[in-house]
Amino acid sequence: MPHISLRNLDVCYGRHHGLREVTVDIPDGRLTAIIGPSGCGKTTLLKSLNRLIDLNDEVKVGGDVLIDGQNIYDPKADVLALRKKVGFLSQKPYPLPMSIYDNIAYGPRIHRMSQWQILQQIEQLRQSPHLEQLSPQIERATTRTKRSDATDLLVECYLQMAGLWQEVKDRLHDPAAGLSVGQQQRLALARALAVEPEVILADEPTSALDPTSAQLIEQQFEFLKEQYTIVVVTHILRQARRIADYVLFLYLGELVEHGPAEQLFSAPADPRTRAYVLGDIS
Amino acid sequence: MRWRRIKDSAATKSMRLALVLVNSLLLLLILGLYAKSRPILARESLLNLLLYSSWHPLKGEFGFFPFIVGTLAATAIAMILAIPTCLLSAIYLSEYARRRVRELIRPVIDLLAGIPSVIYGFWGVIVVVPLVRYLGHAAGSPTTGYSLLAGGIILAVMVFPIIISVSTDVLQSVPAEAREASLALGATRWETVKHVVLSSARRGLMAAIVLGFARAFGETMAVLMVVGNVPKVPTSLFDPAYPLPALIANNYGEMMSIPLYDSALMLAALVLLVVVAGFNLAAHLFLLRLERRP
Amino acid sequence: MRVRRLEEAIFKGLMRASLGLVLTVLVAIIAVVVARGASSLSLSMILQTPKGGYYLGKEGGVANAIVGSVYLALGGSFLAILLSLPTALILQKEYTGRRLATITRLSLDALWGTPSIVYGAFGFVIMRYLGLSASLLGGILALSLVMLPIMARAMEEAVKMVPLQLKEISYAMGATRLETTLSVVLRQALPGIVTAVLLAFGRGIGDAASILFTAGYTDNIPRSLLDPAASLPLAVFFQLGTPFPEVQRRAYASALILLVIVLVASLAARLVSRRFARHIIR
Repeated sequence: MPHISLRNLDVCYGRHHGLREVTVDIPDGRLTAIIGPSGCGKTTLLKSLNRLIDLNDEVKVGGDVLIDGQNIYDPKADVLALRKKVGFLSQKPYPLPMSIYDNIAYGPRIHRMSQWQILQQIEQLRQSPHLEQLSPQIERATTRTKRSDATDLLVECYLQMAGLWQEVKDRLHDPAAGLSVGQQQRLALARALAVEPEVILADEPTSALDPTSAQLIEQQFEFLKEQYTIVVVTHILRQARRIADYVLFLYLGELVEHGPAEQLFSAPADPRTRAYVLGDIS
Repeated sequence: MRWRRIKDSAATKSMRLALVLVNSLLLLLILGLYAKSRPILARESLLNLLLYSSWHPLKGEFGFFPFIVGTLAATAIAMILAIPTCLLSAIYLSEYARRRVRELIRPVIDLLAGIPSVIYGFWGVIVVVPLVRYLGHAAGSPTTGYSLLAGGIILAVMVFPIIISVSTDVLQSVPAEAREASLALGATRWETVKHVVLSSARRGLMAAIVLGFARAFGETMAVLMVVGNVPKVPTSLFDPAYPLPALIANNYGEMMSIPLYDSALMLAALVLLVVVAGFNLAAHLFLLRLERRP
Repeated sequence: MRVRRLEEAIFKGLMRASLGLVLTVLVAIIAVVVARGASSLSLSMILQTPKGGYYLGKEGGVANAIVGSVYLALGGSFLAILLSLPTALILQKEYTGRRLATITRLSLDALWGTPSIVYGAFGFVIMRYLGLSASLLGGILALSLVMLPIMARAMEEAVKMVPLQLKEISYAMGATRLETTLSVVLRQALPGIVTAVLLAFGRGIGDAASILFTAGYTDNIPRSLLDPAASLPLAVFFQLGTPFPEVQRRAYASALILLVIVLVASLAARLVSRRFARHIIR
């Protein structure tokens, strides 16, 4: 589990001050929710954790983000390795323009994962609980399995973990664009998991989904948080109450308050937090 | 009140007239040129004319084959030179350059598009022809420099702006989420371009290339000035060639004095029109369909 | 890992080289024209016509070509505006259905890409039919065909950009379509319309293939529509290949003057659209 630690993180987009001197430690192995009104820096904070904000031309970042003791904003830092370690789900899921199978296989292929590495991954997954009805092939996984078979198993495992396997197992090579939005978001989850991250970031993962799909995603997060550190941005207070272990409250770019979920929701220390939690401001 | 309505309907009627004229222009062009081509089509079938390679108007022989080969060869060379250059440039502008750089370079490339073809020809005569002559001699060919290769190079340069600007627009229209999805998995920018951006933009890029092809196919003056204008099928890059538009341009003076010559040249113009307009229509229809489908 | 970065670095280098090539070619073209033309340019070059025949005569300048080109382009623009402006205005949604509008736009796109030699040939056919010989009038007719698609398409884009809300305000007051078009649409779209005319002018004045058959060539400045007219592009074309350096100088001077006119028209088009954008309501 990586230790994520923000020290005076400060982000400016041109003249707009997105985040002001944020200092906090994100707890390992828990689901942390970032809450707050719109436009207050939640997505900026999330995207700072995997340097996705680098994609914006005019962004200036000050301060440090330490993951496992290393500052990810160090000029010599390996951004590709960072993004492998820290996975990301965006608000509106975007299926890559390829088949369902290739969507999941994309990450491992890009990172040139060898057959041995893939089989190791599968071994580890076999040991995780909740993997329902693994097909018999996984039991037979040995080093004599051909590379493509190993990838087949990998794709199946992650689709299982994302709760999508039953729905797509007969059309793995169909274009991913044909899936419904809820299915696409689960596909995005499987895709992110396939590169073996240690952290999962999710930017309002259910706001574009219907209630059934939203519930499915929340369920997957529940079961995933035992193995990964999860950080979710949400503007739905009830969702945060349901799933969060730890909460960060951002208001106008400032980290106003943070703490264990129960404590923050029942007895918020700062008046602004109280106003937001009670619904006076949104 | 009635007066206002009368004015409105009179104006609408005259504007509709303009619209009808504009829409029938393409048809008028085709019909007009066809009418003038009928004499020679009455004498020989179209297929014969296109495939026969002897061009001796004085003897009444009008084989278009050398010109068709000349046009195709020059256009092909231009495409081979232009496609990689333009795609790589467009990818850089869309995916790697900062917004300010892109906004600076785009108008400069549009400027290239506005340069008249005689000026390209001028540059071709002064710079490209000697260059090709030098290359030819180095390769052992006794060329004057006025050659297929020179024509291909000039055409390539002339289609740079259209292919680059349409391609850049097409690439930019791939949504940012697509790139984010790939980069968030730890892919490099180049891998994202290869696997995500290019496949999303593939069809639009093909349309851009077809537009460039159509432009090169019909270009007259610049290529005329550097290509040598010898009516024989070229057998090497350093041989002179004679594309179809150049044929028409060079011989309008004599065409009235030799029987059937004017009809042959009008047929050439008709062929050009149909091919180029056809490609243009296809590419634009395609781009339109792409815009409509999200 | 290193292979991936190396691959990216190689392609990035190729990309930069390609773009560099394109830009270098542009600079080279302008540089060659300026270099050869600047030394040939003089007041007498601009003000005098060639003496002793344009192909062989060693004295005189290119005034015939300059004036001829200006007449041709102005005449062509005038005719093109006559057809383009009504077309652009009637393509508005309140006059024309979507299908007809799409057909018109496609037709204009096809015409826009048509080689100008085809227009020259067609113009020649029409001239013969009308009993005209190569003249200013013939050249204007052919040139207007070349300029029409460019002008019409650009004007149409300008008219399309007038916001619907603005027109609705006028209609809500009971104005007819004509009144709305004249007082609201034309005023809003005027910078775009002027830009369209400038763009077409720039393109038209440089075109040679269409006027090759139809305008003729002469040493003199045309005094009536039925006189043949010289033009800058043809001045370059006919006089470049001569053995006499004095004649060649006329070609160089013509090329430079033509390039300057085209660049000025381009720049003017850009400036107009940017400057008047201030006055338009968005």
